[in-house]
Amino acid sequence: MSGWIDLRAVWEIVVVGLLAGAGLPAIFAIGLRALGTPGKGHVNVCDDELVGGSRAGIAIAVACFAIVLAAIACGIYIIVISGHGVK
Amino acid sequence: MTNDAVLALVIVTGLSFDFTNGFHDTANAMATSIATKALGPRTAVGLSAVLNLVGAFLSLSVAATIANGLVSTGLVTLTVVFAGLAGAIVWNLITWLFGIPSSSSHALIGGVVGATLAAAGSHAVKWQGLVSKVIIPAVLSPFIAALVATVGTYLVYRVADSMREGSRRHGFRIGQVGSASLVSLAHGTNDAQKTMGIITLALITNGTLAAGATTPLWVIVLCALSIAGGTYAGGWRVIRTLGRGLVEIEPPQGFAAESSSAAVILLSTHFGYSLSTTQVATGSILGCGLGKKGARVRWNVAGRMGVAWIITLPSAGLMGAISYFIAHGVGGTAGVVVDLALLIAISATTYWRSRRTRVNRKNVNSEWTGTVAPSGAGVTP
Repeated sequence: MSGWIDLRAVWEIVVVGLLAGAGLPAIFAIGLRALGTPGKGHVNVCDDELVGGSRAGIAIAVACFAIVLAAIACGIYIIVISGHGVK
Repeated sequence: MTNDAVLALVIVTGLSFDFTNGFHDTANAMATSIATKALGPRTAVGLSAVLNLVGAFLSLSVAATIANGLVSTGLVTLTVVFAGLAGAIVWNLITWLFGIPSSSSHALIGGVVGATLAAAGSHAVKWQGLVSKVIIPAVLSPFIAALVATVGTYLVYRVADSMREGSRRHGFRIGQVGSASLVSLAHGTNDAQKTMGIITLALITNGTLAAGATTPLWVIVLCALSIAGGTYAGGWRVIRTLGRGLVEIEPPQGFAAESSSAAVILLSTHFGYSLSTTQVATGSILGCGLGKKGARVRWNVAGRMGVAWIITLPSAGLMGAISYFIAHGVGGTAGVVVDLALLIAISATTYWRSRRTRVNRKNVNSEWTGTVAPSGAGVTP
């Protein structure tokens, strides 16, 4: 860590940044889209209704949102642990 | 005894800086959510304030960088720290008046380094720490944030393109509440700590703490409260520039921009980089304009911000140096008091000027007409 520029840290920020900052929103978007997929018998879904009614869709959505929430919790946990000198 | 009086003044001034930091930076987290109406203005600043408060307690990496990594603690006096803070506050207020989202972090670091240079010369500054932990992250972070937000926006629109218009807007507004909350939390972990670092530096300088000591709990609590208070006050002028001036933002874009900001800021906190949350947020907002086909980025507004970024460190440094020369010229506690009086006078003038062209929660979202103050709010400053 003694150089003028810590390339490893920069590299890590770019890669993890892309995974967390762009990947997680994409997963959230997949979840939203799956959630809105119309199911059988739900012909007239209101325009701003989030839940379309497809069972498979709802299951995928729950999985996506769970991944996003778990990743956020994990990230905050790491910051707190490392930020108080416990390495 | 006189030293204790000066120390008290330094702490109060530090907390005032933290307050300006809060209201200058509410925009970073909340501008996009307010612009897309994902959150009402009052709710947005309230939520952001609470999360800043929580975030301030999460990490101390950045505070350690500021307290021990930038200037030689042995060569700095309380007057120097005070002068640096005064310079930082003046610069923050001027940029706020013009609605420019400049970096509070650079104002602070510039002010302190400027005052140190004026007082003890260049050998008192740890240049390597300054470059590796402040300058390099400052140069790189907006680009990284813009890259992440561009990719994120592109992916989000790829996935969500076929969704019903209303359902998409609704869904991403909910997502925005989450992503904006994370930015606020991240802001607390990075920015609240800068003032903690400076106050810790003052305590080390005064001999109250040993060199290399970590931040005491009472400092964390006071700083957390100040930045939360400032956030709640809401810097409507900067919110307007970021939310309306740069790019016209739809909920999926706002969501992608905030996610990018949160990720980049939290990662940097992790590495102890004191980066500018403002520059990251601005980079992300530009990125969310670049990642969506047909979105219009107002490059003239972006250019003005770019200029503000470049001049913030040296300008705040100059203010810090001037304020040191004034305090040093008068001498002793009296010098600090003279500085303080000037600072209060400048703050009051700036506030009075801002009243002439008010931006508040009622007109923050008015159509962008090329100026910070919406038409009808009075003359532009």
